[in-house]
Amino acid sequence: MIRVILPHHLRTLAKVGDEVSFDLNGSATVASVLDALETKYPMLRGTIREHGTLRRRPLVRFFACGEDISHESPAIPLPEPIAKGDEPFLIIGAIAGG
Amino acid sequence: MSGVRVLTGTRKGAFILTSDDKRKEWKVEGPHFAGWEIYHMKGSPVDPNRIYASQTSGWFGQIIQRSDDGGKTWTTPGSSPEELQGEGGMSKGESNKFVYDGIPGTHQWYDGTQHPWEFKRVWHLEPALDDVDHVYAGVEDAALFESKDGGKSWSELSGLRQHDTGPRWQPGAGGMCLHTILINPKNQKQMFVAISAAGAFRTDDGGKTWKPINKGLVSNFMPDPTAEIGHCVHRIALHPSKPGTLFMQKHWDVMRSDDGGDSWREVSGNLLTDFGFPIDVHSHEPETIYVVPIKNDSEHFPIDGKLQVWRSRTGGNQWEALTNGLPQKNCYVNVLRDAMSVDSLDQCGIYFGTTGGQVYASADSGDSWAPIVRDLPAVLSVEVQTLQ
Repeated sequence: MIRVILPHHLRTLAKVGDEVSFDLNGSATVASVLDALETKYPMLRGTIREHGTLRRRPLVRFFACGEDISHESPAIPLPEPIAKGDEPFLIIGAIAGG
Repeated sequence: MSGVRVLTGTRKGAFILTSDDKRKEWKVEGPHFAGWEIYHMKGSPVDPNRIYASQTSGWFGQIIQRSDDGGKTWTTPGSSPEELQGEGGMSKGESNKFVYDGIPGTHQWYDGTQHPWEFKRVWHLEPALDDVDHVYAGVEDAALFESKDGGKSWSELSGLRQHDTGPRWQPGAGGMCLHTILINPKNQKQMFVAISAAGAFRTDDGGKTWKPINKGLVSNFMPDPTAEIGHCVHRIALHPSKPGTLFMQKHWDVMRSDDGGDSWREVSGNLLTDFGFPIDVHSHEPETIYVVPIKNDSEHFPIDGKLQVWRSRTGGNQWEALTNGLPQKNCYVNVLRDAMSVDSLDQCGIYFGTTGGQVYASADSGDSWAPIVRDLPAVLSVEVQTLQ
């Protein structure tokens, strides 16, 4: 079971609460978590990573176990507490603007 | 009983303002999509319960929302449970997928260099006149898309962006946006679009091929003031009964064409300033037009803090200031290009929204005005539906 915490505006878009969870087939990576998230909530496609290129949108950040992993390869395995569901995977809208 | 529904897009959500045909008492609903920028909402002329909305965010990109019940409830098209799975078990969720056709190429950047075409947001949604599921989208960086499945998926009408002049198009201060889409109701294969700051274009074959229609425009900020493209057209309007006549609010100058855009002439006449953003046409009088003069291109607010709509009943040149009910001191708001609209009740109503969050309405063709609401977020767009 993977737990994911979305930023406020994506929660309202997907009509979900503070946290979503789902089972994952295979290893837990940023890419596999986002694939599963977007399959369950297709309205999120294009909002976290771009259509086509699947690049992370510039003002979106990924955190795992307190670490900013936004610039890591999306294929690298996530830490075990994330993979086991002990810790949530955080998707954050960068603080910007006024 | 007839009435009106005013679809108001703001910097922080959508609001729906409704009234009966007297337009005295208003119900304000919203915000829908709280916290998101709503660039534009527009209802289908085929079914007024079908409304499309452009919801955007600098963080999370573009969302298309659709309502099938007049704005009570909204969905992202193609994301309902029964629509989740596409071919091969892959999820769809492509209602916000705006991908340029082919290799996007480059256009001119502010500094004169070439810059890749990059999709940013949808500025304007124009539902087709005869099919509730057919809708056009004008986007930044400038291009025209269409959906024929109610907004579930989008494809580019790339003949426009791939026009020979495309590499020379460049953005205005607000970005390189395609903000105006007009469909000729007497010949729906003919459409007009406007791009800041490339100019106006027309198709006569349903969007396959396009030609610039900027002859007669003069833009003194350009090296060649009468160039084929490069004009900062702010808005174009037409009356459905007379679609060969177009009215334009340009960066400076109010213009008129009587030959479908093949040639333009200035009709600024006695306007105190001919800078502004919106322009619209009375619903029953094809020669009665409205603009909101703004001081100049450096100071985007009314002259002397006096908010005025100007009306011409002669298709331009002779203008009168409409001030009754509008603030005549200390008013320093702007009215953006898509933030004016008209209803088609017997006594034509005119509506506009300001960057100060007011939405004003006139139920008597502009003779008198009253605010529907005063303290919304900055208003980006106003569209009116006349309900029977």
